[in-house]
Parts: sequence; structure tokens; C-alpha cells
Amino acid sequence: MEKRCLDAQFKGVSTGVSKYNALNHHFYVSSKTINKVIQVHDRIFCCMAGSLADAQAVLKTAKFHLSFHSVQMESSPQVIAAASVLKELCYKNKDELQAGFITAGWDRKKGPQIYVVSLGGMLIKQEVTIGGSGSTYIYGYVDAKYRPNMSREECLQFATNALALAMGRDNVSGGVAHLVVITESGAEHTVVPGDKLPKFHDE
Amino acid sequence: HCRMGQEERTSGGGLSTTILAIEFDGGVVLGSDSRVSAGASVVNRVMNKLSQLHDKIYCALSGSAADAQTIAEVVNYQLDVHSMEIGEDPQVRSAATLVRNISYKYKEELSAHLIVAGWDRRKGGQVYATLNGLLTRQPFAVGGSGSSYVYGFVDAEYRKGMSKEECQKFVVSTLSLAMNRDGSSGGVAYLVTIDEHCTEEKVILGNDLPTFYDQPPKYP
Repeated sequence: MEKRCLDAQFKGVSTGVSKYNALNHHFYVSSKTINKVIQVHDRIFCCMAGSLADAQAVLKTAKFHLSFHSVQMESSPQVIAAASVLKELCYKNKDELQAGFITAGWDRKKGPQIYVVSLGGMLIKQEVTIGGSGSTYIYGYVDAKYRPNMSREECLQFATNALALAMGRDNVSGGVAHLVVITESGAEHTVVPGDKLPKFHDE
Repeated sequence: HCRMGQEERTSGGGLSTTILAIEFDGGVVLGSDSRVSAGASVVNRVMNKLSQLHDKIYCALSGSAADAQTIAEVVNYQLDVHSMEIGEDPQVRSAATLVRNISYKYKEELSAHLIVAGWDRRKGGQVYATLNGLLTRQPFAVGGSGSSYVYGFVDAEYRKGMSKEECQKFVVSTLSLAMNRDGSSGGVAYLVTIDEHCTEEKVILGNDLPTFYDQPPKYP
């Protein structure tokens, strides 16, 4: 269950994920179009990585906790609340689980934010982050090309390019790209099929 | 035993090194980092992994330090003999073939990957990859554990028909990015530029390497 996940922050947040679901030991592609960007609240989305079964189970629980929390607080949850819920679950059950997340969203208090919850349950805030098996191939690209305070279009282009590059090198990433842009006014989800992704010199 | 970086052979991607070579119209540029590690220790932080096989043919070493250096020395000797036999400078392809023959014949015992690059009169600048005993000519080649992190960058940034200066800049940026992410690559960057007229070796010290958005500014 490998995948690629990328977030970059502009005045909103754009989250990109590429879809391939492969059972590792047999290299069988069970689906080419799984959506690994899950909405946990109106303006908070999570990208899954690692064992998708574990990730789905954790997200289901987290969604419940989060909606309960938002009823108690009588307002929309903060992005860090969503990330913390995931972190608690990942950390307390670190021996059984193998799932990592990138939580991205917008809230009224701190605007757009991105949090990474790694495999063991570490939680850190970042401006731009990548994850999943395909991410190793694009560390160099992201380091070189990311600039703080890009516009929405630049961010989308950056995310799409990075995904395309990773999908070109990682054998278990591919299929279609899911992109979500989250801003104060809401969340927009687009799907870019593989043949419409940017091509680079050797393709 | 000391390692200089190795690719897909070991599970989890291998150890130290980032090496690359790129061809431009009229020559080649080779680049490498300078770290040699034995386990968690850095045993040499200034090792030059660009080894000369002949006047205008160099190779970049990665994998087991001992294996790679030995292959380079043996091929250096074989190329000397060969060039005396034919009475002129050897072709880059010949050097790459000699490296490939050793890598393939002893593939079970050795674990080293050499990228061979140089200039000859017949085909100009050429870069050959010899991983695991294959021989393939490519416009550019990257190797070592640090190379995984920069595949995306080189795929995006490489363009055909770059000039010599653009190639050098490309190599330095790529090395810098890889050295920042790969724990097993680091130190200084070595560059070798080979063209018809000269062979130039250069060292770029750590604080002269390009920095990126998440790093503090360079030393004054």
C-alpha cells in the first residue's frame, strides 16, 4: 500500500496524492484510483500513507473524535486538533499500527496549516511536506523548487509536477493524481488522470 | 569495511555517496560528494571519488570503497595497455566496457557501481552507466544512495543542449540537494570537467555550495 502525498502551503493549502494500491509481496495492483485524501471536517483533509487498512481505521476513529470535539467546543475544530487526535491514536497504538498522515487544512485562528504525523506518532508542523514511498525521489525537487508564499496556481503546479516526477520513478505510485485546495472559502477537489500530468524529458 | 554508497543491492537502499555525470555538447561533467562511512562513523570526509582512468576518461566510484577503487585501478592498467596496443587514446566506450566486464564477471563478489564518463575524438562527450554489469550510454547518470533523493530534481531540470557552465551548475545543485538529505553523503563537492581541450578538476567547499529555502544563510 504505497503512495505519495504532498502538501504545500500558500494562502490556502493544496494537498496532492497519487493513487496506486499494490500488495507488496506480489506486486499486484489492486486498484489504480483509490482516493487517499480523506475529508475529516469541512476544511480539514488528511492524506494516508503506509498500510491503508490501518490508516482507514485510524481515520474513521479520528473523524468521530473530531466531530464530538467540535460539538463540545461549539465551533469548527482547529487543524491542530485534528492532527493531535491522529497523533494520539498513532502513538498509543504504535506497536500495532503502520500508518502515517499528513493533515492539512484551514481554520479561523491560524489560517492554513500543515501537520505531519509520522509512523511512530511524532507530530510536527511544516510549511511543505512530502510522504510515502515515492517521496524519496522528490526530496531534491521539493527542496530546490519550493518557495514560501507562492500563489495558488504556482502551488498547484508545483504539487502536480512533484507528483508526476515521483510517479515516474516509483513503481508503486501511479494511476491518477488527487489534488485538494483548501482555503477560507472552502475545499476543492480535482482529479488529474495520469496521461494529463506534465511530462519530463525522458517520457 | 568502508562503503561509499550503494544502490538497490542492499535492502533499504544502501549507504553513502552521491555521484553523477552529465554530457554536454563537446564534453562531460562529473561530480561527487566526499564522504566515506564505516557504519555510523565518517572515516574520510574529503575523499575524491572521481578517479582518472585515462587522460580524458574518468570514473565516479560508489558502493564498497575497496571494490570500487580496485576496479578503477585494474581498468586504469588495462586501458594503458590497450592504448599502447592501438597507438592512440582509447575510446570512452572501451573504458566503460572494461569496467562492465569486471562488474559482470564478479557481480556476486563485488558491490560497487562505477559511472564512466569522458571525451574522445569519435563521439565527443559520453556517459556510461555500468550498474550490476550492464552497459548503457545515457545523457546523464546518477548513482549512490543519495541519488534516490534527486531523481525527481534531475528529471525535471535536465534539458538537452545545456552549455558547459549550465551543466556544472546543474551538477553542483544536484550534489548539494542530495548531500542535504542523504545522511551518507556530505563534505565537499568534487567536479571534473572534460572536453576536447582540457580536463579540469575543481573542489567546491561546503560553505560555497548552493543553499535552499530551509537552510540558514551561508557563512559570510
